[in-house]
Amino acid sequence: MSVPQGGPLPGPAEPGSEPPGGKRRPHGMLKLYYGLPDPAGEARGGLPPGGDPGGPTDINGAHFDPEVFLTKLRKECSLAQLMDCETDMVKQIRALDSDMQTLVYENYNKFISATDTIRKMKNDFKKMEDEMDCLAANMAVITEFSACISSTLQDQHEQITKLSGVHTLLRKLQFLFELPARLTKCVELEAYGQAVRYYSKARSILHQYQHMPSFQGIQDDCQKIMANLAQKLREKFRDGGSGAKDLAECVELLLQLDEPAEELCDEFLSHARCRLEAELEALEAELGQPGGAPITDILEFIDRGCNIFVSNMCLVIASYQELFVSREGVQGITRMAQDKLVAFVNSLMETYFSLVERRIQLEKGVGDNSLLVRALDRFHRRLQALAKLLPASNVAAEGTEIVVRAAKERIRQYLLALQSFYQDCLTDVRQSLAAPRLAGKESPNLAELLGTISASVLNQIKSVLTYVHLFTAKDITFSNKPYFKGEFCSQGVREGLIVGFIKSICQTARQFCETTGDKGGSTPPALLLLLSRLCLDYETSTISYILTLTDEQFLVQDHSPITPVTSLCAEAREAAQRLLNHYVKVQGLIISQMLRKSVETRDWVNTIEPRNVRAVMKRVVEDTTSIDVQVGLLYEEGVRKAQSSDSSKRTFSVYSSSRQQSRYAPSYTPSAPLDTNLLSNIQKLFSECIDIFSPVEFNKVSVLTGIIKISLKTFLECVRLRTFGRYGLQQIQVDCYYLQLYLWRFVCDENLVHFLLDEIVGSTAHRCLDPVPMEQSVIEVICERG
Amino acid sequence: MVGTQSLKYDNQIHIIDFDDENNIINKNVLIHQAGEIWHISASPADKGVLATCYNKTSDSKVMTCAAVWRMPKELESGSHESPDDSSSNTQTLELLCHLDNTAHGNMACVIWEPMGDGKKLISLADNHLLLWDLQESSSNAVLSNSAALEGKGQLKFTSGRWSPHHNCTQVATANDTAIRGWDTRSMRQIYYIENAHGQLVRDLDFNPNKQYYLASCGDDCKVKFWDTRNVTEPVKTLEEHSHWVWNVRYNHSHDQLVLSGSSDSRIILSNMVSISSEPFGHLVDDDELSDQEDHHQEEKTKEPLQDSIIATYEEHEDSVYAVEWSSADPWLFASLSYDGRLVINRVPRALKYHILL
Repeated sequence: MSVPQGGPLPGPAEPGSEPPGGKRRPHGMLKLYYGLPDPAGEARGGLPPGGDPGGPTDINGAHFDPEVFLTKLRKECSLAQLMDCETDMVKQIRALDSDMQTLVYENYNKFISATDTIRKMKNDFKKMEDEMDCLAANMAVITEFSACISSTLQDQHEQITKLSGVHTLLRKLQFLFELPARLTKCVELEAYGQAVRYYSKARSILHQYQHMPSFQGIQDDCQKIMANLAQKLREKFRDGGSGAKDLAECVELLLQLDEPAEELCDEFLSHARCRLEAELEALEAELGQPGGAPITDILEFIDRGCNIFVSNMCLVIASYQELFVSREGVQGITRMAQDKLVAFVNSLMETYFSLVERRIQLEKGVGDNSLLVRALDRFHRRLQALAKLLPASNVAAEGTEIVVRAAKERIRQYLLALQSFYQDCLTDVRQSLAAPRLAGKESPNLAELLGTISASVLNQIKSVLTYVHLFTAKDITFSNKPYFKGEFCSQGVREGLIVGFIKSICQTARQFCETTGDKGGSTPPALLLLLSRLCLDYETSTISYILTLTDEQFLVQDHSPITPVTSLCAEAREAAQRLLNHYVKVQGLIISQMLRKSVETRDWVNTIEPRNVRAVMKRVVEDTTSIDVQVGLLYEEGVRKAQSSDSSKRTFSVYSSSRQQSRYAPSYTPSAPLDTNLLSNIQKLFSECIDIFSPVEFNKVSVLTGIIKISLKTFLECVRLRTFGRYGLQQIQVDCYYLQLYLWRFVCDENLVHFLLDEIVGSTAHRCLDPVPMEQSVIEVICERG
Repeated sequence: MVGTQSLKYDNQIHIIDFDDENNIINKNVLIHQAGEIWHISASPADKGVLATCYNKTSDSKVMTCAAVWRMPKELESGSHESPDDSSSNTQTLELLCHLDNTAHGNMACVIWEPMGDGKKLISLADNHLLLWDLQESSSNAVLSNSAALEGKGQLKFTSGRWSPHHNCTQVATANDTAIRGWDTRSMRQIYYIENAHGQLVRDLDFNPNKQYYLASCGDDCKVKFWDTRNVTEPVKTLEEHSHWVWNVRYNHSHDQLVLSGSSDSRIILSNMVSISSEPFGHLVDDDELSDQEDHHQEEKTKEPLQDSIIATYEEHEDSVYAVEWSSADPWLFASLSYDGRLVINRVPRALKYHILL
């Protein structure tokens, strides 16, 4: 609708701003004229070389002053420029003229149609105004009518409200009057819940209007019925046939009937107790006869216990808590109920625990205990659930306690089993020691036996460790209890089981040393030797190996004092030492008994001239040789003194020279006792005192030296108690020489043998009635012949 | 002044007096003509009378016999006054009577009734226990009673001891590994400790103050203490020697002191406080310990091995066959060994004062 009227349309356009399109340009100008912002125009407006836009020199500006512009042009421009400008202006004016004509032509039709439309609208509005007036009149009439009607209906409405109130009251009354009948019916139909609901609805009203005789009657009736109902409920409650859910329902109803909560608690609990106890009895029956084997395995037992007893217990606790504890009520009742529940649960769980414990105690088999561990795990897990339900009770703690006890008991049993296994091993060894002796090849299997026994004991320990390790497995719930993490590992397994076992091994070893001493060697000496070696092996390697294994398997986090490896090793070493000492003693005893008998039973005064070495001496040498072989199987050779490597030739000479002395000895007469003393003292000056039953070292030579020392000392003492004839002395000479020939190679220091044998011959000569020694050559001949 | 008696194998009896004040040893030698002496015991009633077991060799047979002897008068009256104290002073014993043992075999030992009037003797011969009555003036011995030990094998008594308690009616004997107690009235066995030692039992002694306590020693290197009412196991066992223990002796007045001599040529003096008649558990026990330590520092030769071991004497160079407490001074004891050396020792002074105070 905008029409370009007037304005500087034909104004000269600036030389640099040639409009890009004739269509576009006039709109921009028009917009400018009407003061509309035109970004393109403004941008263009800054361009004129005349400088100030909107100033008097701006040909498009509002304040254009033709005089100023002309003067400016005239002043600034040359003639040519002015000519150019003039042509330009003419061109622009022409273009603007044609633009204006086009615009007028375009907009003419629009002006005409707009005028028509406005005229039409004027007519329509007039019509509408009339209709509106009519509507307003009608509305006024309607309002009047409506007011009239409502005023008429007012009374009736009030009556209706009253009537409906009466109706409700009547229905209530009817309900009340029908209540006894309904209740009876409900009771008959056993719809107790319904009955209670009815009654509880009516109760307050009845209570309120009980001063009216009719209501009184109803109330009495109702109360009677409800008492009856309560009675029935209680009977049902006591009856015990119903499940926990029914029971809970009963209790709920009774509670709604305002029965005393405490009594109900008691009854509920006693009822639950009945059922749970029955279950416990069933469980107990599964324990089997006392002493007899249990009927089911432990996992099944625990499973059953968990599934039946514990889950029922949970149910009872849950329903009880729902019924009594979590009820919105007096705080005192809640607390009382809670206390009762805790006492109840505790007492029942105690019974259950004792059953479980009895069952666990029945579990004596020492094989795989994964079943037990799983059972314990399940037991523990279920108890956790129970404890979560009832945090006030101490079931969880007690349950853990039971598990701990079971674990301890288990360790104890394993220890016993290990010990008995060890004993069995020993018995086996004993038997196999006895058996091949009959077959005639007694020694070759000693080392094998040692290997077998130590390997089997080690295996047994390992398997036991594996079993015990189950207790601390990751998937077992109780394994992360502090007990199982710390004390169980260190005190139980390490100290109780492994250290205990090693100690018992040492203990057994010591027992062998002590008992046999009194009862005359019921242990075969080879066994002593074997055990000694076993203990020594333990000392050197096995103990530390086992302990390392244990420590690895059970990462001990506990810092309670533990037995160090060294003390165990020391103990084992001591046991080994004692066993070896005992072995030496026993073997020495056997040989010395032989010698003693041979000396004591013979009449040395009246013997014949010696022709042979006595058989007993040969026997001594034989036995010593066999002991040598036996010990050699288990122990290393050991160190001899330097001279022992010498040939036997020199031994002879040493012996002969000392024999020379001892042969001298008998030559003194009894009237010159001082000489004897002098001589023997001089002899003793050159030989150190001999410790007869001294501890031996762990090598063959030392062992044999010990045995030979004991034997020869016995020989010496026996000889001193006897009186000899001439040939008796000679026989002893022969025997000693024979012994000397064969025994030197067993001992670490042959001088010891020489000394003792010289002493024997010397003592014999001293005890001789007619001391005439035999020629050395003859002795040698006899011995070599023998 | 004390007197101890000792024997030599060479058929002499030496009476040795030890003068405590001057530390002088006097020696008197009595010739024992019958043969080499194996056992000797003095009469408790008459100090001039003694009994010996000796070896007699005749016709290439060795018999051990027993006899009662009387010492010459002047020795009884106080030998230290004797002008000649050299060893050449030899006198002969006067034979009172023989104990006739031809029927019973070799005599092992002779023991006097400890409290009696010197009229009763027990001798052990092979497997017989013989009770003798000495007649008037001890000139004749009559066999009044005997008991025989029966069993399989050849049983031999090795030693015996007359209990000073029970009115002197009990005798304990040892054979092989067993100890037996006898009632001299009925000559019946009253107790029997089987396997008292692992090997031969060498010697016995009764506790002078506690009537049921008995000490024994044997070839298993142990000294054991027994309560004869309960013979299944020993009250206490000492295992200090390293060879046969030949002799064990209670001190006559302080029965916690026990001596044992062994063929490892050592004598061990033990303080068995726990089983003595002295009240056990002195408050001064700790002092005793420190005393021993002091003592250890003073005398290097004596080493207390244990709480109960007071001292170990190692002066002997060969087997010790006999130890005996002095009958006059309870702090003195003597020991005899194969090398013919007689050693007289005294209880360590610290211990002596400890016991006395």
